[in-house]
Amino acid sequence: MTTPNQSASNRRGFGLGNIAVTQELVVAVAAAIMFLVFSATLDNFLSSANLITLVRNVSVLGMMSLGMALVVIGRGVDLSLVAIMAVSMTLAIVLANGGWSFGLALAAGLAFSIAIGAVTGFLVAYVEIPSIFATLAIAAIVYGLGRGGIADLDVNNLPPGVDWFIFLGRGSLLGIPVSIWLFAATALLLHLFLRKTGFGRFVYAIGDNIETARITGISVRPVLMLKYMLAAFTAFMAGAVTAASVASMNMRIVNSTMIYDVLLVVVLGGIGLTGGRGGIRNVLVGTVLIGLLLNAMTILDISYTVQNLIKSAVLLAALVVEALLNPRDEQTSQQGDI
Amino acid sequence: MKLFKNMLALTAASVIGATTVPAQEGMVDELREPVLEKFKDKKVVFVPMSMSFDLPEGWAAVMQNAAELRGYQFDIRDANWSTDTGTRAITQAILEEPDIIVVQNFDVTSYARTLKRAEDKGIHVVQVNMRSTYPTDAFVGADWHGMGEYAANRMVEVCGTSQGKSGKIALVQGPATAAASVYQLNAITSVLNETDEIEIVSSQTGDWDQSKARAITQTVIQQNPDLCGVIGFWDAMDTGTGAAIAESGKDIYLITSGGGNQTACQGLENGTFDEVISYDVPGQGRDLNNVISMLLQSEGEAGNFEFALYTPNKIITPDTMNETSCWTLDQLRDGG
Repeated sequence: MTTPNQSASNRRGFGLGNIAVTQELVVAVAAAIMFLVFSATLDNFLSSANLITLVRNVSVLGMMSLGMALVVIGRGVDLSLVAIMAVSMTLAIVLANGGWSFGLALAAGLAFSIAIGAVTGFLVAYVEIPSIFATLAIAAIVYGLGRGGIADLDVNNLPPGVDWFIFLGRGSLLGIPVSIWLFAATALLLHLFLRKTGFGRFVYAIGDNIETARITGISVRPVLMLKYMLAAFTAFMAGAVTAASVASMNMRIVNSTMIYDVLLVVVLGGIGLTGGRGGIRNVLVGTVLIGLLLNAMTILDISYTVQNLIKSAVLLAALVVEALLNPRDEQTSQQGDI
Repeated sequence: MKLFKNMLALTAASVIGATTVPAQEGMVDELREPVLEKFKDKKVVFVPMSMSFDLPEGWAAVMQNAAELRGYQFDIRDANWSTDTGTRAITQAILEEPDIIVVQNFDVTSYARTLKRAEDKGIHVVQVNMRSTYPTDAFVGADWHGMGEYAANRMVEVCGTSQGKSGKIALVQGPATAAASVYQLNAITSVLNETDEIEIVSSQTGDWDQSKARAITQTVIQQNPDLCGVIGFWDAMDTGTGAAIAESGKDIYLITSGGGNQTACQGLENGTFDEVISYDVPGQGRDLNNVISMLLQSEGEAGNFEFALYTPNKIITPDTMNETSCWTLDQLRDGG
């Protein structure tokens, strides 16, 4: 039995001898070319310190993209990840500042994020609201809870004396920052989940064709709920790393374009929005490309508005390439469902 | 004898009479009553960028205290970080016809037309902290240009090549359209263009967000290992810049600016910041109250005046810091 990834590219797309030209390949090649060009033209690009910085700056984005990839593979989208990340961490910080022990406060934040994931999953699986609307609404509600109920100020600082936590954001193990280790660990865990466990297989099946999955006896609804809860968990982890690195959490990022950056990484890496295709490797490729792009733009001192323009152009190009490589047919043209 | 007795009785009576009737002493301040009358039934509306950070919270606390003291109504309409919401809030406020609208602009253009409409309707408009291109009756805020000049000159002193340093500095700006950012940038580049001693190796925007500031600073330090100094444009954002500098372990001079909140002093104490230019929110609150007071008392039409109260810069360094250098929100709410 072919893996979902292979069968998809055999059915559609075209081949170059034995190698299927998938979007992932295109992006990987583009990343390699960019890497070579930047190494040749930019000073200090090729140093290990810069490359570590590069990966580190996108490790938070990468972790959230892992969660988003899980949701997209199961055919859906989760626009509430940034809200969950910011507000669950803010809750933990506010509780810790109010006297709770930091470990307990973190556990409360984790419970909050998973609870929100469960609510989202319930709305999508049982109430059958399209995920794009459900998660948009949940994002607004969570942000409202955060701004209105949980904290007065946007920026909440960690209480003093939590050096063990700050190590997560600023420390290094064997010369590599802890945030990169955490990103790698989360990627490995999710990869094993998707490829080796039954639940992972079910996620692919549901993403490919939900009705068939239901008919063959897969309990679709609990798997959907689990999917959103896992995504919320990765969002919480990303929040923990962010808070540790600047010793505070800024709720204002919910208003920023970060969620579109997350979607950019997922789409760029080749995980089609129709679901049932792709894996963790796609996310890694997409993250590396975006990391290269952001790093080079900072080194070249390109202004912020031009950076946004370039990122948006890259997203558009990625969507165009995906449409060309995987033209719509009756099955995939149900894209409106997400 | 009878005369003496009469005189005694008369004196006693007048003394008793005098003590039972309270004597009015001193003078009546004739200005006071009419002025207090003018404050009655007046309404002031405050539209900040968002009530979720220290600057507007501080101003609101000081303005609220004065409003309660003097007897005029003070409302806050939160723009929640969105120019659309802010424009709607101001338009709604215009319909309610308050006497004064106090506005904090996001950038130099978004509110320009709305503010003109307010003045055309006879409402006085006071702009705080960041200006719009449209000038109104009053502006109360930091002297961004002056701060930029000060920071640039300081960089020449601390990092200039004539001091034996590398001369390389980086700038961490705010959003490209915010008045605070653009005016400072202009001043800094004007000053540094006159001298060869300093080279700006990077001028990126941290967009008022600590994580972005941190990522940028980290990359810049990576690229320029001999970086000598950084000018950050807001202390709340520059906790991220300072975190990146602390992690690199290098001795890089970080000068930033902010409202002078307790976090600024904490930053100076724990070494995150080397120098903070404070624009003293309690002082600005007082300036705002004075402007409100004057406008409520004046008979002038809206738009007749065009004055600016630039806050004098208060420089705080680890050496000059004391208990009164910074403020906390609770202090301001208590009227301290």
